[in-house]
Amino acid sequence: MLHDPDLNSYLFIGAVLFVCGVICMATKRNAIGVLMGVELVLNGANVNFVAFSRYTTLGLDGQIFSLFVIVLAAAEAAVALAIVLNFYNNHLTVDVDRGNKLKG
Amino acid sequence: MSLFFTIFALAACLGAVAVVISQSVVRMAFWLIVSLGSVAGLFFLADADFIGAAQLLIYVGGTLVLLVFGIMLTASGPYMKIPASPGETVVAGLIGVMFLSMVFSTLPASKEWKQSPNYIAETVTPEFADSSEGNTLRPLGFALLGVRPDVGQDGAGYLLPFEIASVHLLVVLIGAAYLARAKRRQDNA
Repeated sequence: MLHDPDLNSYLFIGAVLFVCGVICMATKRNAIGVLMGVELVLNGANVNFVAFSRYTTLGLDGQIFSLFVIVLAAAEAAVALAIVLNFYNNHLTVDVDRGNKLKG
Repeated sequence: MSLFFTIFALAACLGAVAVVISQSVVRMAFWLIVSLGSVAGLFFLADADFIGAAQLLIYVGGTLVLLVFGIMLTASGPYMKIPASPGETVVAGLIGVMFLSMVFSTLPASKEWKQSPNYIAETVTPEFADSSEGNTLRPLGFALLGVRPDVGQDGAGYLLPFEIASVHLLVVLIGAAYLARAKRRQDNA
């Protein structure tokens, strides 16, 4: 029943993480929930990178790209969290539906 | 191998689904920790030991702690749970199921890609045979310095992206500190 993992099983996990992240981004009204959705999407991409570097002739390049993805995700989380804190200071809530002040 | 893979895969997928389902931000953060930690386990199983360690250190240890601090600073009283409207949830679930089934239908095409049993172990390990320090640590370090002894002269080095990433991190550090600095609130009332 349990067979050795192959490329398809990794790709399926990546797809599940990606879809969960997109749904999280689309439905959560808490700004930090949206951030968590972004993290899930980037992790799905990372799973695909590592799977391709393991199971195809891509080699080490996939692992290097997933390293860059991890670093950029950390940077993105820091800046986005600073923006969320600023939003909270101005609106006293983190509901993203309340951020409509720029609407003409 | 396959048993551990099944455990980590189930934990990663169920954790991601639980992040979507749960309403409280704190529970979402906990399930995100479960999911990302299991993904790190999957990386270890795919012979990417350094990536798995970096995932544990930077994601679970750094980014998620940052998110938890954000929750602690913002989630006060009534804002712990902001429910989504049921219509949006149904539509998002439908779109998610449709996209997942679409990806499912394209997965058999990956059989046509050039697969290899373990390409990294074939190309990397003979030159860097010391497996006591991990399979990929030394080649990854060389590649970030712009040297690719594992693929020969025509391999792509990553010195310039590495430098760009370091400058980018500096800019992000300054920018985040500037955005989140404590400033006096202007009371218009």
